[in-house]
Amino acid sequence: MSGEALEQVVREEWGRLVALLLARYRRLDLVEDALGDAVEAAARTWPADGVPDNPAGWLNRAASRRLLDRLRAEAMRQRRAPLLVTEAERGQERATAMADTGDLVEDDLLRLVLMCTHPALGAEAASALALRLVLGVSTYDVARLFLVSESTMAARITRAKKKIVAAGIPFAVPRADALPDRLDTVAQTAYLAFTAGYAPGSGPDLLRADLAGESIRLVRVVLAQRPTEPVLIALLALMLLQHSRRDARAGADGQLVLLADQDRTRWHRDDITEALGLLRSLGPARRMTPQGAAYVLQARIAAEHATVETASNTRWDRIVRHYDLLLQIAPTPAARVARAVALAEAQGPEAGLAALESVSVPGSHRPAAVRAELLVRAGRVDQARTAYEEALTLCRNETELSYLRRRLVDLSGPAHEVPGAAAPPGTSRRRRRSGGG
Amino acid sequence: MKYVVLLLADGAEKPWEQLTPEEQTETMAKFGAFDEACAAREGVRILAGEALQDGVAAATVRTVEGQIAVTDGPYAEAVEGLGGFYLIEVPDRDVLVELLRELPAYDMQINPVEEMTP
Repeated sequence: MSGEALEQVVREEWGRLVALLLARYRRLDLVEDALGDAVEAAARTWPADGVPDNPAGWLNRAASRRLLDRLRAEAMRQRRAPLLVTEAERGQERATAMADTGDLVEDDLLRLVLMCTHPALGAEAASALALRLVLGVSTYDVARLFLVSESTMAARITRAKKKIVAAGIPFAVPRADALPDRLDTVAQTAYLAFTAGYAPGSGPDLLRADLAGESIRLVRVVLAQRPTEPVLIALLALMLLQHSRRDARAGADGQLVLLADQDRTRWHRDDITEALGLLRSLGPARRMTPQGAAYVLQARIAAEHATVETASNTRWDRIVRHYDLLLQIAPTPAARVARAVALAEAQGPEAGLAALESVSVPGSHRPAAVRAELLVRAGRVDQARTAYEEALTLCRNETELSYLRRRLVDLSGPAHEVPGAAAPPGTSRRRRRSGGG
Repeated sequence: MKYVVLLLADGAEKPWEQLTPEEQTETMAKFGAFDEACAAREGVRILAGEALQDGVAAATVRTVEGQIAVTDGPYAEAVEGLGGFYLIEVPDRDVLVELLRELPAYDMQINPVEEMTP
């Protein structure tokens, strides 16, 4: 019982407690440890003493005591540690006085998020810091998410905290005219952590969808502070739609399952329903940053998939139109590749191949892999093989490598059938020999 | 916190000698606007600030094998040297970056000043 209560309060109140302690003591280097110690003390004493009436207040007091002990010890040694900058020093006195237990000022949480996601920090460091400080995700799990070792991640988080204090990054909400840009960065930070959770890893960490789900929680936390912020609403819709497919993305053998082949009954309908509601709530005429608009379009594309019962019913013409708009706002190579895929579905592989021409993503195997697939469908097997080989030299992910190798072998095997292909299998085998020699 | 702001290069501005007299006046006015914006902002003080002579007058001091070597010209192979600097007290980095928008659109470097324990 007490274990569950502790887990729940840590999960729900961690960010608020960090924010409250930072606002009061301004020691970014001590707060996390003090709170960690408080949680440990709770795990020891709650089973015997019972869960306190105000668990968050209990943790707050325990962590505060811990911090004060440290500060006293430092004062004895007369060590001066750099303090975090807060609003008091910016000449903007805090509007609300803070009472002791549990009475938490909502804006503190927003200050914490904005500090963790400050543009002066590297994007990955910011993502990691936000997950750790705002949500209390363990360093071990943050490390898993970004596919690095725990010690590497611990060092990265420590460096980021030092940089915040050293560079004078404030624990404060910026002026109203600067806030939209900063919320864009918050959104980018959360989305980076989300996509990291879906970047295929290896071994047991092939998919880390549970950790991707934590970045959805991060967006919800910020959205609770700014409930009408379009960029956050759009991002939450996009994430929910992608996340709704989490259970259908890996097959029994752990292999990735492509969108078209996924069992759509395993998609989470509740996520989809919520996302569609969020998209509707945005309406057409909302003022939005280009980044927010890009999230909306990506969410609409995902919604096209989420709202048809079978892959064959997909309205690819509408998806192509969404991509056309997206490219006007954010002409990224990745979006051009995705548009080419949609165009191939809507109008045939040759149209897709034409759209892929001159698209290159430095260091990425994706354009070559897509070109290869489309060439197979167009029956241009020799060119497809070359494209697969190109993709194989660029790809560095083990899971995707094995997929590409399988496709290349399929292409040459006797069982190979090219839909609508002009050349019979025998021809392609012969060509392979001459090509490989 | 104290920061040093280094005005490193013309950046988005034309070189001084290519500006018309009117443009030169406008550019100078931006330094005045920066002074005023800093003065108006609580917790902000310009502690020092100077325009520097051009890179031709600069020299670089290095210690090579225990000997001090002074070579003419600015540090690094920069065409333009350091053009000027401020030492400024601000509450935090965001306030500084906001105020720097008042200055001409030079390329700049900002460094927090290390607070030495007495």
